[in-house]
Amino acid sequence: MEQKVVSLESLGRTSAARSGPPACAIGDCGTPRKGGSAELPEHVREKIKEHPCYSEDAHHFFARIHVAVAPACNIQCNYCNRKYDCSNESRPGVVSERLSPEQAVRKVKAVAAAMPNLSVVGIAGPGDALADHRRTFETFRLLRETLPDLTLCLSTNGLALPDHIDDIRAAGVDHVTVTLNAVDPHVAEGIYAWIFWDHARRTGLEAARILIERQLQGIEMLTAAGVLVKINSVMIPGVNDGHLEAVNVAVKERGAFLHNVMPLISDPAHGTHYGLTGQRGPTPAELKTLQDRMGDGAKLMKHCRQCRADAVGLLGEDKSQQFGLDALPENPQIDPEKRAAYRAIVEKEREDRRKEAADARAAIRRFGPLEPMLVAVSSKGGGRVNQHFGHAREFQIFEVSEAGARFTGHRRVDRYCAGGEGEDDVLDATLMALDGVGAILTAKIGRCPRQRLADAGIAVVDDFAFDYVETAIARWLAARAAEEDTARIA
Amino acid sequence: MAYMIKAEDCTGCGSCEFECPNRAVRMKGDIYVINPDKCTECVGKFDAPQCVAACPNDAVVHA
Repeated sequence: MEQKVVSLESLGRTSAARSGPPACAIGDCGTPRKGGSAELPEHVREKIKEHPCYSEDAHHFFARIHVAVAPACNIQCNYCNRKYDCSNESRPGVVSERLSPEQAVRKVKAVAAAMPNLSVVGIAGPGDALADHRRTFETFRLLRETLPDLTLCLSTNGLALPDHIDDIRAAGVDHVTVTLNAVDPHVAEGIYAWIFWDHARRTGLEAARILIERQLQGIEMLTAAGVLVKINSVMIPGVNDGHLEAVNVAVKERGAFLHNVMPLISDPAHGTHYGLTGQRGPTPAELKTLQDRMGDGAKLMKHCRQCRADAVGLLGEDKSQQFGLDALPENPQIDPEKRAAYRAIVEKEREDRRKEAADARAAIRRFGPLEPMLVAVSSKGGGRVNQHFGHAREFQIFEVSEAGARFTGHRRVDRYCAGGEGEDDVLDATLMALDGVGAILTAKIGRCPRQRLADAGIAVVDDFAFDYVETAIARWLAARAAEEDTARIA
Repeated sequence: MAYMIKAEDCTGCGSCEFECPNRAVRMKGDIYVINPDKCTECVGKFDAPQCVAACPNDAVVHA
């Protein structure tokens, strides 16, 4: 089994030559000043600081595991079909094997032993965590006994939520995600085929009304009980895209602290209603436009990777295939010292990163007015430019303007480099995925893809390998400005 | 008087087992089966047989 941590070695490395005054670091990645985590109350920040799904900053360092102990579901969403599982797929509702509560604990122990950066165990399906709640709460109970330093969380569609507030609190779960796609039953009617509630299957407006009422009631009860609530909404063009701003307002009023708008994943091969009827998902630009419009509501989450219900590892990577039940060691040994050491290193690393950002936050203004531009970054964790272009399965996208560098999301691509060879057709798809991107920051890149990107008008920057992303962007801007000055003088 | 689960349509999610008021559903291998001796089709308890109404894959049919 691979010993995978957010490569500790990569955390310690920085680019070799750093002469002259430190270039400006800009903004905290993903924490726009407006509604940023700086504005979250201290007790909330303390709660989420090691939760990769709730804290954008934490997701560079801490890993999570989803245990697939909840296959039953009490509603049928038009974007979901749990019948088919493919191990190469990454989307909610998909798992390779289901676990009993005891098996789940065995798996968590094995992962915790292999990954000292594991901080969170979540139950997110593949059905609804609160439908057959017996398995969910039994799993949490066993986990609390065995691994008390792990943070517990669950995801739910909210239908059964009002019935389980006390269970949630008793289990020590203080992070709950509720998927809420509409607060208007006329919109919701188009998203859900049916719900099973109070011993009957219900459809249409009746189903939509009951579901929304239960969701909002559950959210209010949770926040009143002091549980942190995150809202997931699936953006479905033509169905609820024009309505999600109203959802944002409604959940903010009820005390949700984070709102995650995710693009619909729709493919006929998934066998979902939307997939089969040709309902499309939004383009990255449509998603970003909506997120920008929603900037004033509950804080928006942009680093979600819509992971599988049995995902393992850092967000954006998935090691679930390495931790199948058959592959688990008999008696995994968890080394508390190693876990504590990792947390200490991360603490220092985050402090360092904050300092770099704070050092020269204002310095960006030296560049004067800056046309907003999207910059893609290849990173394997730690908030640094530390991945080769050819190894990237996703690019983090930052919007750079005179206000700073703001994380706006990620775009998935296929790995370009397979066994030392570059794949040309993969590059075509990558170029499409990078639509609208003006520059790419990477640790290293081959000659051919560099040329292709340059031909497509994308600036390729690999001079700042292993820098923090914000620092790398700032240093690149400084270098670019210096070049322009030289050109002007000449 | 009983229902049965079509093996080829059962995804093993267990929604039927959770909802059954008679504990007539149990897991067998990867899927669920209904014990016809215990199944009452929910007559007298609910308007609809719970396993039929809860199954996401319409796998439960008359035996």
